[in-house]
Amino acid sequence: MQLFSCPFCGSRDETEFVFGAEAGKTRPEPAAEVSADTWGRYLHFADNPRGPTREIWQHVTCGEFFLMERDTVSHAVAATVDLRGDKA
Amino acid sequence: MSGRRIGNNAQAALRFTFDGKPHQGQAGDTIASALLGSGVRIVGRSFKYHRPRGIFGSWSEEPNAIVDVTLAGVTTPNLRATTELLQDGMDIRSVNARPTAEGDRLGLLDRLSPFLPAGFYYKTFLWPDWHVFEPRIRGMAGLGRLDPGNEPPAEAAIVNAVCDVLVVGAGPAGLEAARDAAIVGDRVILVDDQFAPGGSMLHREPEGAAWAAKLVAEFEQAGGRLLLRTTAFGIYDHNLVCCWERRIGASDRQWRIRPRRIVLATGAIERPLVLPDNDRPGVMAAEAALVYLRRHGVMVGQRVVLATNNDRALAVADALRQAGAQVTVADLRDGATIDAIHGANGVEAVTVSGKRVEADCVLLSGGHTPTIHLFCQAKGKLRYSEDIAAFVPGDPVEGVSVIGAAAGDLGDYSVTPAWPKPGSKSRQWVDFQNDVTLKDVELAARENFRSVEHLKRYTTLGMATDQGKTSNMNGLAAMAAITGRTIQKTGTTTYRPPFTPVPFTVVAGRRRGELFNPTRRLALEAEHRAAGAVFREYGGWLRAAWYGQGTATDEVTREARQARETVAIFDGSPLGKIEVFGPQAGALVDYNSYNTLSTLKPGRIRYGFMLTETGVIYDDGVVSKLADDHYVVSCSSGHVAGVVARLEEWRQDRFDPRQVFVHNLTPHWSTLTACGPRAKALVDALSLGVDLDDAALPHMATADGSFEGAPARVARVSFTGDRSYEISVPGSKAASLWQAMNEAGRTLDAVLMGSEALLLLRAEKGYIIAGKDTDGTSMPQDLGLTGPRDKRAGEYVGKRSLFTENAMRDDRQQLVGLTVSDGGAALTTGSHAVAQSGGSRRSIGFVTSSYDSPTLGRPIALGLIQNGLARMGEEIEFVHLGTPRRATVSAPCAFDAEGSRLNA
Repeated sequence: MQLFSCPFCGSRDETEFVFGAEAGKTRPEPAAEVSADTWGRYLHFADNPRGPTREIWQHVTCGEFFLMERDTVSHAVAATVDLRGDKA
Repeated sequence: MSGRRIGNNAQAALRFTFDGKPHQGQAGDTIASALLGSGVRIVGRSFKYHRPRGIFGSWSEEPNAIVDVTLAGVTTPNLRATTELLQDGMDIRSVNARPTAEGDRLGLLDRLSPFLPAGFYYKTFLWPDWHVFEPRIRGMAGLGRLDPGNEPPAEAAIVNAVCDVLVVGAGPAGLEAARDAAIVGDRVILVDDQFAPGGSMLHREPEGAAWAAKLVAEFEQAGGRLLLRTTAFGIYDHNLVCCWERRIGASDRQWRIRPRRIVLATGAIERPLVLPDNDRPGVMAAEAALVYLRRHGVMVGQRVVLATNNDRALAVADALRQAGAQVTVADLRDGATIDAIHGANGVEAVTVSGKRVEADCVLLSGGHTPTIHLFCQAKGKLRYSEDIAAFVPGDPVEGVSVIGAAAGDLGDYSVTPAWPKPGSKSRQWVDFQNDVTLKDVELAARENFRSVEHLKRYTTLGMATDQGKTSNMNGLAAMAAITGRTIQKTGTTTYRPPFTPVPFTVVAGRRRGELFNPTRRLALEAEHRAAGAVFREYGGWLRAAWYGQGTATDEVTREARQARETVAIFDGSPLGKIEVFGPQAGALVDYNSYNTLSTLKPGRIRYGFMLTETGVIYDDGVVSKLADDHYVVSCSSGHVAGVVARLEEWRQDRFDPRQVFVHNLTPHWSTLTACGPRAKALVDALSLGVDLDDAALPHMATADGSFEGAPARVARVSFTGDRSYEISVPGSKAASLWQAMNEAGRTLDAVLMGSEALLLLRAEKGYIIAGKDTDGTSMPQDLGLTGPRDKRAGEYVGKRSLFTENAMRDDRQQLVGLTVSDGGAALTTGSHAVAQSGGSRRSIGFVTSSYDSPTLGRPIALGLIQNGLARMGEEIEFVHLGTPRRATVSAPCAFDAEGSRLNA
């Protein structure tokens, strides 16, 4: 059972979190100009790297999405960063 | 008889039976020591060949002595006799033996052993099908018997703990490490699976118990916490260690300990020598004999042959001699050999270096294997040590240290490997519990199952409930010898939790039954109950299915009929009440909806779909616009959490989270619905302060009023096709609103309506339940709702997916009504629509909802049918469990298609 650190609530059990997406993934738009291939990649593909990765997770308990840098092999969590900074 | 009790018997006698025969043990006995002390030799039958087996070990490594124990009427199967504390009145039964371990009927299977190599069953029982033979073969093998009457209570508490240091194992190394850490101020938890602290000190050192007691006192004085009878069975991510604490007179507990640092002092396990007939009753681990002698006062034999390849076992010979046994030592390092072990039902003699020696017990020591299971679970890698002829921890793992025998530190110790020698004509056991012989390992190698993982799966070596604690090392060494590889290169199989079998009651704790997945309760549950409701679970909520004592069909039909005639009162509280506020509220709900909502006038309501990004209908529901910056999303009851999650995700991902807020009020408000021709009269009587005139509050409009001083929201939304008013009030007012509506309904001949009648009435109207009348492929155009897809500009969730090649196919399954045309009863939900295609019949869809309509006096149904919208009027064949039916495709709405009743 992993421990993740919500930037707002602190260290919590992994069952309180859900995976959002790999960081940097953007939604292709507008629909009329998006090819089937591009849309298919958006829907179904992920890099799924072995090793360090940057991902968006949500702490369901408080609702906030945040950035998590972790390692898919060692499961070590390097950092969790809130996403409010660039918008505030 | 071989084993017997020596020394004083001052302890109170504990009575027990084994395979029906009465015996006595004494306080502090394990079942194993009590059986040995009573002279019982055959304690079970082997898994495959049904060979008689005796006790081999002294603790959790035991491969043979598996028993079912009945105490106070409760039978617990498959317990290890070596780790169970004997209790007065235990009725103990051997497993895999009928009627008893001593007189097992299937014992003759062993004579067939030349024809039963590894993989025999799978190779032989191929035709016509393995599954024809499987039940009987499984019946012949197998372990304990489950008592169907024994449903253990879900009482095991799960205790969470954090500490600086967790020490696993209270032997000499663990005790010292734990005490030292506690003294320097660390918060320390020390766990040990045995009944007393001390580990090997308890039988290796005369003053061992006193030494352990002194260290425990110092440890506890310094604030340390000792948990005895507590097995650390698994290490999981981020240093979570799960432990099973066994208690007598109280329910077991699971400890979930999160230490900063883990110290593994788990000791080592002695492995047997792989020799001819080394599985006979009376063959034991040398160390085990010392445990029984020193800790339980039990001599395991009078004439003992001890075969060893190391000097640690020699102390056992001395101890047994001192206690009066006659001991012949065969030190393999001096060239001694064990050529044969005689005695079909237990050791009678041993041929040592070509000479027959009468014996009742053979002690084997093939070296010691560090107990590194937890280290490997923590992703530690192993290194083969030539010094001790075993695997030891390799590169350190952060946060985990291994000390003492577990780290390969066996003190003053020397060993000369005596690995299995392939090519022997005799049968030599590698894995006792799963009956794997050296020949089976050789067969696996011949058939090219040479990797240890293949070896394990092909021969089942190490796959029994002992997880190969005594067998894995010998098995992989044998494979190394056969294939000419080094032991390091051959490697080990993967170590996974649990270290020993752990009851599911301990894993699950109290999360069982209702606590595993709690149902949501209505604020008005007591009122429904008092009104005679029969409850069912709908989308996680416990709701009234119908009211009354009659049959379900009768009551549901009565409610549905009366709802169409007068007025029904329905508790719709689980219906979504998700408030969306802020300047960007309209943009957020628009983006999350197939239909544009922000174009509504304040106070108006629109029906629509919420799609997934794959274009599939996730939910349907209505959205009320209260003001330009305030919307209420009323999704279906079972989808509230999911809809909130979607809104919240896009709120933060796409919009300015300071400009729009999502707040789920569903659990806090109750919603009571009045529907039917007399609904307006009923709501009128409630005096909510809302103008109910159809001009002021038409269908699909909402207005705020008050009820007993609290806010009340009235929404004209209909799920039955009749005039309907949904009245939402804070939960605290639910009971008085319920009472007021019931009182107002008395003169109107109102009826209480449960969920089943509502489901029926909405089906008459062709209204869908998302997820029931749609599936994981249904898009809006499949329900004939193409407007936004064709016309709506701008982005919304799922838009691009509505235009893929797949979305354009003309054979998509589409929602239609189905009118039974063969004069029969209602179709069965789930029946397949079938069509001829290229000479074969195939499914072209299925029935999603089906009811007997009391309103129409005939069966009605909805279904998803390929290209259904173009098949109006076509008669289709349906099949359910081989029974053919016929129905005609029709519009989904079977009642009041023009919608006149909405305003009646």
